[in-house]
Amino acid sequence: MKLELSKVVQGCRLGLLTAIEQTAQHSLDVPGCLLFTHCATVPHLTQDTLHTLSNLPAVTQVTLNCLAEHHEVLEEFKEGVRKFAGLHDTALYCSLHDSATTNPAGHITNKTVSVWGSGGRMELTVAKFMALQAAIKPDFYQSMADGETWQANTSRKRVRKAVDRTLAHLDECLILHQKTQELKQAKIFGVVEGGNILEERVRSARETAKRPVAGFVLDGFQSAAMKQDLRSQLITAVTAELPQEKPRLLQGVGRPDEVIACVEVGVDLFEGFFPFQVTERGCALCFDCTVTTDPETAGTSPSTVLESNEERPVVEEPKENGDSCPENMTRFEMNLNDKRYREDLRPLVEGCSCYCCKNHTRAYIHHLLVTNELLAGVLLMLHNTAHYLRFFRALREALANDRLQDFKRRVLQ
Amino acid sequence: MAAVESGTCEGPAGMSAVKRLSHAAPLALRILAECPVSKARACVLTLPHGPVNTPVFMPVGTQGTMKGITVEQLEELGCQICLGNTYHLGMRPGPELIEKASGLHGFMNWRRNLLTDSGGFQMVSLVELSEVTEEGVMFRSPYDGKEILLTPEQSITIQNSLGSDIMMQLDDVVSSTVTGPRVEEAMHRSVRWLDRCIAANKNPDRQNLFAIIQGGLNADLRKACLDEMTKRDVPGFAVGGLSGGEEKDDFWKMVTLSTDHLPRGKPRYLMGVGYAVDLVVCVALGCDMFDCVFPTRTARFGSALVPWGSLQIKQKQYAKDFQPIDPDCQCATCKRHSRAYLHALFKSDTAAMHHITIHNISYQVLTKLISRIFSCFSLYRCFYCSCCLYFLL
Repeated sequence: MKLELSKVVQGCRLGLLTAIEQTAQHSLDVPGCLLFTHCATVPHLTQDTLHTLSNLPAVTQVTLNCLAEHHEVLEEFKEGVRKFAGLHDTALYCSLHDSATTNPAGHITNKTVSVWGSGGRMELTVAKFMALQAAIKPDFYQSMADGETWQANTSRKRVRKAVDRTLAHLDECLILHQKTQELKQAKIFGVVEGGNILEERVRSARETAKRPVAGFVLDGFQSAAMKQDLRSQLITAVTAELPQEKPRLLQGVGRPDEVIACVEVGVDLFEGFFPFQVTERGCALCFDCTVTTDPETAGTSPSTVLESNEERPVVEEPKENGDSCPENMTRFEMNLNDKRYREDLRPLVEGCSCYCCKNHTRAYIHHLLVTNELLAGVLLMLHNTAHYLRFFRALREALANDRLQDFKRRVLQ
Repeated sequence: MAAVESGTCEGPAGMSAVKRLSHAAPLALRILAECPVSKARACVLTLPHGPVNTPVFMPVGTQGTMKGITVEQLEELGCQICLGNTYHLGMRPGPELIEKASGLHGFMNWRRNLLTDSGGFQMVSLVELSEVTEEGVMFRSPYDGKEILLTPEQSITIQNSLGSDIMMQLDDVVSSTVTGPRVEEAMHRSVRWLDRCIAANKNPDRQNLFAIIQGGLNADLRKACLDEMTKRDVPGFAVGGLSGGEEKDDFWKMVTLSTDHLPRGKPRYLMGVGYAVDLVVCVALGCDMFDCVFPTRTARFGSALVPWGSLQIKQKQYAKDFQPIDPDCQCATCKRHSRAYLHALFKSDTAAMHHITIHNISYQVLTKLISRIFSCFSLYRCFYCSCCLYFLL
């Protein structure tokens, strides 16, 4: 696995992650996001509907939350999750947890972590964790970690324990990794913990960097737990300790403004769960993510492909028709449950080339949500994924052309 | 569009006073082949939104959507006509909006054919305390509690707004398990309502109104209904009031009685049928068109249809079954996914339902059964014999 940086400007890294797997055919643009899945399926989508999207990320993410309960099946199958799921041509990353769901706290021990499948909680030792990886056959995976420091008021002692345990797990994973035939070609990422305590973050980063890992997962920075200022501060300190030539994957952060801020402090990769969360609340991403190339027209750009809608999301008009906003709705999206879209025959986002926007109207999506129809999830997932990927492409373009500040302004307006 | 063939109205012998429309209906039926032993036939039914090969199974997309399947996927599955539901769509989002969105075709962006039912069945089956009078069906809306009266005229008005290629008359529906004078009353009323529907149709040049033969399980009443309704020059006929829990022997008798007395040159639509076995038999009895929610509904419960029955994919026995649902099936699901993966996926994501839905629609619409019928005809072999072989194998 190789990270080729073409440009580093004001802390932002632009480049390409190559040689992700043995066949060395896939490369992932940096900064970029992974393809979020449930059990190797992008939520709501079959392979046919998924492939109406172009430029999908080269790396698909699966989680042990989903896969742990299928261990026996995967072991008998012998050929790994990619083949088991009939996946398209893609690289595979395996994480411990699913950032779209919050797992109950308090189940971690010195030797185990827990994941939650359809049948309930499953406890994993390092041995079991590694056996799972062997059955899954990812191209890279995070080592087992104690990331349960996202709650408010986690004590310093608890944070220190999390760092210690995570390092211990990493060392054990590395040993087992060497001994596991099925993981010969796979890469392991170390996990940086440390909660919101600067010294612990630095310690974790420094220690993890000493190990022979292919990259770093930044954990415990989940959006709900932490304000972006603190997050930026901590990540700055962390990345200062990490080698430049290895990729940094940040878990649990997906909101566009937070993504940009984290790119500015040296993060390379993000998980792709945010479009799914937006979809589940019946909303559609609609924020402006155009990149202007001409400084003279910046700020007064003519209607480009993704001119922002006249409608501003509900922040300005809360509870206008008595419809309550979905919980956690952000200012980057529009709420298709709202009655105002009942007769709106325009596409979700003018100029968007996704299947949903090319074929359907806001009124139709609204109808599907009102009538609880499954197709709502399909269409919204397609649009939200397309829009989010477009955001990352535009972000990279902005970095390449030194238009980051302007881009930031447009996204945040 | 020209409707040369549909003009030939072959009613029962001795028929007189044929009530004709002032212009030809937008439907043409071309019979490609007929089985010499059974009453089966293979046809091409041409409608405003394209041709439909019959026998045809029409999947049901109740609320203007085929349960998690995109219209592109539906087209790729070979579906040439599907159903929308007048009652549900009339409630939400309502005919005015749909008309504004260029009809149901425009609203859901389906460019092939649509058939809408009248709304009558739902009103009687779904809604408590509905009351039928000569005027129409009175019921209480489940959404706002208001009293609503659905008349034949209103049903047609809604269907005109939906713009479906085939509209069903509002009929007085009684369950096939009901006996006595109510059945006769319903039959006669359905004839009167047919005339009211015909008169109310604003778009006879682009929307086909089908009559629905009633009469329950009473041969005399059925025959009387057939005699009357075939006097009206409608472009097609449906056989209604069956597949609602009656004995199979009674069911088949009524189907074959109906097709005996329906004109050869017009399509016969058997409503609410259904299961693969029933499809085979009713094709042999002379029916051309079928609809049923079963394949799509059962898919969402993880039930995959196969020639030898069905697989309950959520059952433990499939957890390590690495073959596809049907190794011979060419649908996208079977080409790419195993029973084991679908079993696992059912625990994590709704997409599992979509995979099975696609397979089940493929099974019913492009069912080996129906394609066998066509290959049978192309080899000039008897459909009936082919059918027997099919069941014996």
